Amino acid sequence: MVRLTRDEVLELAHLARLALTDDEVERLRGELAQILTHMEALSTVNTVGVAPMTHAVPMDLRLRPDEVAPSLMPEVALAAAPDKVDGQFRVPNIIKTQAES
Amino acid sequence: MIDLVWQSAAELARRVKAKEISAVDLSRAYLDRIAALDPKLGTFLRVDKSAAIRRAVEIDGQLAKGEDVGPLAGVPIALKDVLVTEGLATTAASRILGGWIPPYDGTVVARLRAAGAVILGKLNCDEFAMGSSNENSAYKPCKNPWDLTRTPGGSSGGSAAAVAAAFCAASLGTDTGGSIRQPAAMCGVVGVKPTYGRVSRYGVVAFASSLDQVGPLARSVEDAALLLEVISGFDPRDSTSIQEPAPKLRDAHKAGVAGLKIGLPVEYRSDDLDPEIAAAVARAADMLRDAGAAVVDVSLPHTRYALPVYYILAPAEASSNLARYDGVRYGLRKPADALIDVYKTTRGAGFGAEVKRRIMLGTYTLRSGYYDAYYKKAQQVRALIKRDFDAAFASCDAILAPVTPTPAFELGAKSNPIDMYLADVFTLSCNLAGLPGASVPAAMSGKGLPIGVQIMGKPLDEHTVLRVAGHIEANAGVRDHKPAFATQPIGAPA
Amino acid sequence: MSELADFMDIWEPVIGLEVHVQLATHSKAFSSSGVAFGKPPNELTDPVVLGLPGALPVFNKAALEAAVRLGIATSSKIRARSRFARKHYFYPDSPKGYQITQADEPICEDGAIEILTPGPEGGRKKIRLIRIHLEEDAGKSTHAANASLVDLNRCGVPLCEVVTHPELGSAEEAAELMRSLNRLARYLGVSEGDMEKGQMRCDANVSVRRRGEDRLGTRTELKNINSFRFVQKAIEHEILRQIRILEEGGTIVQETRLWDADKGASFTMRTKEEANDYRYLPDPDLPPLVVDGPTMAAVMRSMPELPMQKLDRFGRDYGLREQEAYQLIGERALADFLDESVRAHGNPASARTIATWIANELLGALNAAGKTIAQSPVTPTHLARLVQLIESDTISGKMAKDVFDKSFTTGAMPDQIVEAEGLRQLSDPMEIERIARAVLAANERQVAAFKAGKDSLFGFFVGQVMRETGGRANPQVTSDVLRRLLS
Ligand SMILES: [Mg+2]
Ligand SMILES: [Zn+2]
Repeated sequence: MVRLTRDEVLELAHLARLALTDDEVERLRGELAQILTHMEALSTVNTVGVAPMTHAVPMDLRLRPDEVAPSLMPEVALAAAPDKVDGQFRVPNIIKTQAES
Repeated sequence: MIDLVWQSAAELARRVKAKEISAVDLSRAYLDRIAALDPKLGTFLRVDKSAAIRRAVEIDGQLAKGEDVGPLAGVPIALKDVLVTEGLATTAASRILGGWIPPYDGTVVARLRAAGAVILGKLNCDEFAMGSSNENSAYKPCKNPWDLTRTPGGSSGGSAAAVAAAFCAASLGTDTGGSIRQPAAMCGVVGVKPTYGRVSRYGVVAFASSLDQVGPLARSVEDAALLLEVISGFDPRDSTSIQEPAPKLRDAHKAGVAGLKIGLPVEYRSDDLDPEIAAAVARAADMLRDAGAAVVDVSLPHTRYALPVYYILAPAEASSNLARYDGVRYGLRKPADALIDVYKTTRGAGFGAEVKRRIMLGTYTLRSGYYDAYYKKAQQVRALIKRDFDAAFASCDAILAPVTPTPAFELGAKSNPIDMYLADVFTLSCNLAGLPGASVPAAMSGKGLPIGVQIMGKPLDEHTVLRVAGHIEANAGVRDHKPAFATQPIGAPA
Repeated sequence: MSELADFMDIWEPVIGLEVHVQLATHSKAFSSSGVAFGKPPNELTDPVVLGLPGALPVFNKAALEAAVRLGIATSSKIRARSRFARKHYFYPDSPKGYQITQADEPICEDGAIEILTPGPEGGRKKIRLIRIHLEEDAGKSTHAANASLVDLNRCGVPLCEVVTHPELGSAEEAAELMRSLNRLARYLGVSEGDMEKGQMRCDANVSVRRRGEDRLGTRTELKNINSFRFVQKAIEHEILRQIRILEEGGTIVQETRLWDADKGASFTMRTKEEANDYRYLPDPDLPPLVVDGPTMAAVMRSMPELPMQKLDRFGRDYGLREQEAYQLIGERALADFLDESVRAHGNPASARTIATWIANELLGALNAAGKTIAQSPVTPTHLARLVQLIESDTISGKMAKDVFDKSFTTGAMPDQIVEAEGLRQLSDPMEIERIARAVLAANERQVAAFKAGKDSLFGFFVGQVMRETGGRANPQVTSDVLRRLLS
């Protein structure tokens, strides 16, 4: 039976950059524990010597020739940006934020 | 026009090319139905009427000049809202992508357009394709045309319901753990999830990259094959695209099943299985046997681990894929003084409950110190699941299985996430093993709800899958069943 | 830094570097938008660079080849199958919320870079590399009072991250490692290595321990040191900071510190407790990266002679001392200039003379003229001919300097200059004797004084002969003739 503390949920939410209400934190604490408990079934499977599989269809990476295609026009690249100035994306000052985070 | 809209895509393309009908009239026929009926069903998040008509006019013009406009000439198609469409908002049914207008077309969209299809609009789905009932759409619920109190399934619920209601000739959905096959079964249409890598993922809003595939939903196996031919084939923009030409699938449904060996996984015979579903699978097996196929038992011993494997791998990949939604370059932004709060409040407000749950789950299992016990372990068991299928396919050509544990369930019936996850218990393995799979209508329940059966094939063997599906379709006797909701006469368009 | 030298008997610095080398490709690591420096913001983007929904990465062949070249040149083990992973962190210049990099399975491991250790007792030292891996660069943020602005032009540019073992013993060695790696990358053509453009960026792990101690001290990570000079300065500063803390009985906090070149100081960025959890994930969009036989063979075939190989050869074949040779291998074009000059000359025995001309005259002239070696008006053929003219006594060493200058200014061949200006050295003893006799005849008083014992007048007679010949008289012959006539 997996248990999660409230702090653990908050730590995950911080890593995932999700603001959660107290209700959400409480609900997720229970739900995540329930789901993770369900996953414990896997620990009984013998996987000694089994290579982890990322893709079911085995393939090698295909390479692209080093050729340049036209870039998006800057106004297109920035078209959907919620905040922009002088052709750049704008966010609150990062350095200040870093110190706070 | 009511007969027209129920025609097969293949037949519609033929008629448009023969100028028996104009592409414009055809598109209007569907658009009128959508305007009249969809407010009650909720299949479309966005109807792009003017672009559709413009494209139809263009196609008629090309045909008038004697140009070849492709195999889907003038055929009205609608797209799950996770498919990126240039100039047409794409939201993945999420608030976080609200109003985002992509500057590019995904590969499948470009291929549909090049084949002459008219794109009617974007279809409702579970947010970021996460869900099995379409109830996770951030915008509106989608209902099952067979019973408006029930879910169409999900996550491609809008794609299945719109085809079932003849709001389009066919549609595209995506399938990460059953998201095409499950709603297809619940809405009584054909749905195909191709082999992983068969169809390009370029321009598909990613949920779980190692599992996601785009596929068709249609009212016949032939139509599904036609769409699949158009959208599949190698794409240099997707590093996981298989370097194989698009398969020839158009005639697969007519090829018969004599001589084929059909496997029935013993692990799928569960007491929990709805008896009507079990009966539908048994009946389909009989149809195949009667036509000269051998039906044999096969074993997929790791089946019961598919659900935990899936719910480790898919949320982990999702938590990674959804990290890009940060309110900086596109989509929703909740202003805040500090950057960290921009991130947190934007994502907190932009994602719905199921998406948050999966992001949290994925974040949990990928944390340093947890990776080996969860993600790596799941990848190893995934390899064992794939081995099961390899072994099974040594003694059969295709596998017959249920699609869903039950027919369409009622909206709001599953409030516990695990209960909802169990809705995909028969479809997940196919994604984990990267196999082609299809759902084809095989029966009607006592309550008048469609029941589908699932056919899974060897990697890249969509042809055999569609052969088997075609045979079941031809013999199940449910092909002409239409939801009453969709056959009502429509008044003047709203 | 003498202040630091005082401590070095007791304290031993231990330094490891992580160097990001920007690969010189035309297009980005995972998409085909262009790579260029100094463009207006956000002109080099596409759906992949912007991290748009649905965009997918496709890897650049040239970036793979560059990494293999760097791997072979550092005697690294090249993995036949390596893997890309996602490293997650939220930052506005990282659009996807993760960086595509390599984690458990990097393309190169266990290589080494040989450096020339600085100082009087300098020798060669092999610095082992833990790994070299491929990854994508982030965009650039600039910070104003209330906002940061994000330009994604650099985002997605391919990088090789080179990680050394912690076995650099001083800030000078660290700077030397940077120079060696920079030189190597430029020789290989894998990077332009321009530090000013941020094409090589260094993070340093620094710790100190008492000499004789086996265990490593607590380390700090210095970020953002982006010039050879700053590498040395920042590390020296950090070593001293740590020693001072330890001498006062304090302890070092494991932390990441940001070097501020303007202030000449570092400050805490984050401590270990706040360390990121990057949640590495094998990238499901990218199957394993395979280096096959043909790729290896093609790279092997195209490998140039490496700087340290040149250093060895210049010593062995040209008789250059290590320090002389070291300057000339600094740039591939410079070393090639030496080789071509020797080839044009024809006799490797003259290589050292040629090398001296390059080091003393050519580099100075180029520097003064603001020209690169490729733009030099004096070509290897010019220089070889000049040395031949000296060796055949056609011109004196002193005149050769003038000829060089004229050649550098006009681009004319030394022979032409010698002929045109009548600079050919006069070495015929008969002709010189004729002139010498005339000089002596015209200076009877001085001859008498010389004969009376005023030896110092010999130089006067040489000078007079030189004046009569316009400086062309061979000094040795002149002196021989005068001695005979005056005896
Ligand atoms: Mg690093
Ligand atoms: Zn790095």
